[in-house]
Amino acid sequence: MLRFAIGALGVLGLVAALPLVVHNEYWFFAGYVVLQLIVLATAWNILGGYAGYVNFGTGAFFAVGAYTAVALYKAFALPLGLQILAGAAASGLLGFGVGMLTLRLRGIFFSIATIAVAIVLETVVLNWHYVGGAKGLPILRPAETPFFGSYTVWLFFVMTVIAVIAVGAARYVETSWIGRGLRAIRDNEGAAECSGVPTLKLKLAAATLSGALMGAAGAPYAQYLSFIEPTSSFSLNHAVNALAMPIIGGMGHWMGPVIGAVLLGTLQQVVTVTVSSEVNVLVVGVMLVVFVVAAPEGILGLVKRWKKASSK
Amino acid sequence: MEKSLLEIKSVSKQFGGFAALSGVSIDVARGERFGLIGPNGSGKTTLINCISGVLPNDGGSIVFDGEELSGLPAYQRTRRGIARSFQIPRPFASMSVLENLVVPLEYVVHRGSLHLADTEAEAMEILRGIGLADKAATRSNQLSQVELRKLELARAMAARPRLLISDEAMAGLSSNEVSEVLEILFKLNAAGITIIMIEHIMQAVMKFSQRIVCLDAGRIICEGTPGTIVANPEVQKAYLGA
Repeated sequence: MLRFAIGALGVLGLVAALPLVVHNEYWFFAGYVVLQLIVLATAWNILGGYAGYVNFGTGAFFAVGAYTAVALYKAFALPLGLQILAGAAASGLLGFGVGMLTLRLRGIFFSIATIAVAIVLETVVLNWHYVGGAKGLPILRPAETPFFGSYTVWLFFVMTVIAVIAVGAARYVETSWIGRGLRAIRDNEGAAECSGVPTLKLKLAAATLSGALMGAAGAPYAQYLSFIEPTSSFSLNHAVNALAMPIIGGMGHWMGPVIGAVLLGTLQQVVTVTVSSEVNVLVVGVMLVVFVVAAPEGILGLVKRWKKASSK
Repeated sequence: MEKSLLEIKSVSKQFGGFAALSGVSIDVARGERFGLIGPNGSGKTTLINCISGVLPNDGGSIVFDGEELSGLPAYQRTRRGIARSFQIPRPFASMSVLENLVVPLEYVVHRGSLHLADTEAEAMEILRGIGLADKAATRSNQLSQVELRKLELARAMAARPRLLISDEAMAGLSSNEVSEVLEILFKLNAAGITIIMIEHIMQAVMKFSQRIVCLDAGRIICEGTPGTIVANPEVQKAYLGA
């Protein structure tokens, strides 16, 4: 725990010092996306990876965070920190609500419900004119911030803090008795329940935490782009990325989603700049198929296998 | 007279139009070795699913140590002292044998209050008692059939039950392995645990049980000592192939 805390503080310190050596704002703009993917993949893995309940509605949780923040910013000009907390609370509640309705049932019902929620909420936002409806809403964000200077750099730092919190929360869940309970649910829910695991409560807690982290990732989205519109906020790409990255990195360990997100996120940024942003999804799709077929335990599984083989 | 540990009163269970259990009433005394037999489809597993909370009973009541259980989820029943093994072993396949036992120890016994290392030491103690200590670090999906059966019992034991329901723990085992599992069950009973054994291996049930109930088509057709059961013409007709 202490080692992780020191590492997290080290990362935050490094990121805070980055503007002193990196002067091109593009790196922060691109890095923000990778950090956002780390949060989404880590959040997805808490329910999908540990408990085995696949969420296809990442876009909905992300967008609820984003639109909650936008609505509160427009109504009360709330500061970014409060927008993020409100976005996380709204998406956490959504996770709890969807979970209450569907997690009593086992199997794919939760997955189907998350797709339905994304479609319903997108339709609502398309017709919610206060936040721009289908046309979208431009956001006038502050041009400068104290200490960090550029607002993009500030947002990069904020997303780093969210990513550190998300990874810390996932690591705590994984290594605690909560994580062992979630793994038991994934392996055999009936046996888990008969071993004293309160399966519904644990699944609800995981759905709430996962949703809240996705909402927190979405809350600064409008400030980052200076604009928000429903299609990209609710995009299925969020779900594909959040699912693919833990699978590619390795779902059994908190580092898996981080590795997957850094690898895939960076590759996507390179492809966006050098080829086309449309090819992004193709890259994710191809890598997903390759890993599912050749290395279902992800990169961490490959490393484990390699270590085992080399120790023989 | 001492009150029964488990009182099942007129329990019924329907699956659509099919009555899996019709007004089944059974009392199990504290410390008893109780056998439950019957042909396939007679309602044995449905009954223990109703006792353990895997299935809700449609009618009747299930009272454990004076407390009505109907409506309680399975995990609450386990926490009250009812543990079970499964007919087809259901290990937590991604976990080691030791971790399989840590789950019930953490969720039933210590509720997360004990340090993991101490919980693991406790799990190791149970594995030693059941003869699986050398497999502690093995992933549970790499165990043999008899080891899986033992793991099922060990995991149930880790919940520190007062009532253990053993659902066909000997199915598919050789005669030596049957004796091994039977010995474990005798040992657990000697330690004060009440045991309900569901089994098709008649020698084992007869040797183990102090009292037996035979179910057929969701109803009790006979109840008594092993000798009474074997001599009963209805049991012979429905189950023993006479």
